Amino acid sequence: MTVMTDMAVPRPQRDWNFSWTDVGPFLALVALLMIGFAINPDFLSGTNLANVITRSAFIAIIAVGATFVISSGGLDLSVGSMAAFITGITIMFMNAMAPAWGAMAIPMGMAVAIGVGLLCGLMNGLIVTVGKIEPFIATLGTMGIFRALITYMSDGGTIPIDRTLRDAYRPVYFGTVGGIPYPILISIAVAAVASIALYKMKYGRKCAAVGANEDVARYSGISVISTRTIAYAIQGACVAIAAICYVPRLGAATPTTGVLWELQVITAVVIGGTALRGGKGHIWGTVAGAVILELIANLMVLSDFVSEYLVAGVQGVIIIIAMLIQRFSK
Amino acid sequence: MLTRKRIAALAVTSLLLAGHAVAADKKVVAVSIPAADHGWTAGIVYHAQAAAKEINAAFPNVDVVVKTSPSATAQVSALEDLSAGRKLDALVILPHTSEELTTPVKAVKDAGTFVTVVDRGLNDPSIQDLYLAGDNIAVGRNTAKYMIDKLGGKGNLVVLRGIPTVIDDERIKGFQDAIKGTELKVLDIQYANWNSDDAFKLMQDYLAKYPQIDAVWANDDDMLLGVLEAVKESGRKDIKLALGGNGMKDIVKKVIDGDAMTPVETPYPPAMIKTAIYMTVANLIGQAPIRGNVKLDAPLITQENAQEYYFPDSPF
Repeated sequence: MTVMTDMAVPRPQRDWNFSWTDVGPFLALVALLMIGFAINPDFLSGTNLANVITRSAFIAIIAVGATFVISSGGLDLSVGSMAAFITGITIMFMNAMAPAWGAMAIPMGMAVAIGVGLLCGLMNGLIVTVGKIEPFIATLGTMGIFRALITYMSDGGTIPIDRTLRDAYRPVYFGTVGGIPYPILISIAVAAVASIALYKMKYGRKCAAVGANEDVARYSGISVISTRTIAYAIQGACVAIAAICYVPRLGAATPTTGVLWELQVITAVVIGGTALRGGKGHIWGTVAGAVILELIANLMVLSDFVSEYLVAGVQGVIIIIAMLIQRFSK
Repeated sequence: MLTRKRIAALAVTSLLLAGHAVAADKKVVAVSIPAADHGWTAGIVYHAQAAAKEINAAFPNVDVVVKTSPSATAQVSALEDLSAGRKLDALVILPHTSEELTTPVKAVKDAGTFVTVVDRGLNDPSIQDLYLAGDNIAVGRNTAKYMIDKLGGKGNLVVLRGIPTVIDDERIKGFQDAIKGTELKVLDIQYANWNSDDAFKLMQDYLAKYPQIDAVWANDDDMLLGVLEAVKESGRKDIKLALGGNGMKDIVKKVIDGDAMTPVETPYPPAMIKTAIYMTVANLIGQAPIRGNVKLDAPLITQENAQEYYFPDSPF
């Protein structure tokens, strides 16, 4: 219902309104940073924060795509497997091109990654929209397919990137511009483009309308099929961008790459304030959600209170508390 | 016309019978293993298939059949398929889980099949004729001994463990028992799920938390890869040793090349499936007695003996 009210309010006016849903995730983020600093001052050291935010980039970028899918009333469980599959294809392509093209193989591989990502997303979208299969089941199916493909491509082992490309590609994860690591800049860019698409363009409003009430959207002349399919394609492209940043980190794809990322992605989107049942999406909230998840994991290691056996449980409790704070602060 | 048909039918029948007779002469060894879903199981599949190929080529009257299964349930079905319609002379099995596979393996055993169990024991040890496994306690202990020796019995350690299982517990126990009474101090120990990415993150956190780390032990090589990347990226010079375990080819290669940070490795080699298959066939063909328990030790892999544990063509 909040969704409908949000949409009913004219845009310029809304921008002046103070919305807890928009600010909530950032308050949670600040609270977490303060608690972290109180527990261990190293938590706020430049290196630690840079590390944590950099490695939250994959989940953040994928979750930005998931914000489109979820806001339009869909769900994508295949993102983790898809990331592994795209990583595998990209590395194999780059390795094949390396002897003839040298370092040029890297941008070529990136283009292939985006292409494959768009196709994978499109496939998910068409199965859901044209095939009219529940998103949960459709993407559970493709999740298995992508996971099997990466396992098959790697014979269950690893697909390492060619040594000659390794050093040239490394900066994409480890390099910095003005002290800020590339993956952070890339995720900010992705989120900026996405927020323009979702808030300033017609497509964004269609997305929220389809997610809030499919029938009403259809009667208003919005094509539900194309809106949702495009959302899945955007998701595919985002997974590809995440894969491009991921490859240089460990320089290999394995059958365990990206396992359970889908759950982290969905959690980030929901922590960020987007309702799982669809409606208005919150791009920057999603990014904050992804950083929060990674910060919690980091805090678990940096603090000494929690037994190694209880880490997952405490993480669950923190996530639920964060959600409750948001719910009741409205 | 009629007689001709009858002759043809007779000929076909006798051919079929002959074919059957030839098949019956062959000794069938079924190998049931988990499907390759990560590095170590990929190694199991590779070595099982290699053993099957070598034995089938060397002994024309032996037929080694390898069947991989993605889950315990699938492995139960695979056992039924393998034993349906033919008598298995021997079964070599690496069970997904002890609980679910015990009864199905017993059924195969009761039909008169020689049973070799590898790595993970069944709930009822009386079923197996031969049990072959590595030594997880020795993996931890031998790594610890090397660290004590190399660091002069003094220093700060961080440890990355895998997934809460018996294998993980045994490795950690072997390690902790060995460092007891020395001045080696374990600063921290956390789960990283035997996963390179999780290990990379955890190692970054360890580096942020502790200003002085002398050595790292990841109880599996997949995790060690993530650790090495995190250490390299941090530019820290205090870490003298980063050791793993299992015998992944990339790590064994480091040992061969004389890597300063990873000069040794402890094996828990997937090639043990090959040992089990060869022993089982030795019993069938050469009447070599093999009933009993075989425990492969986890001797340190050093530059001198590394070639023995190096399989460049294996996925692991």
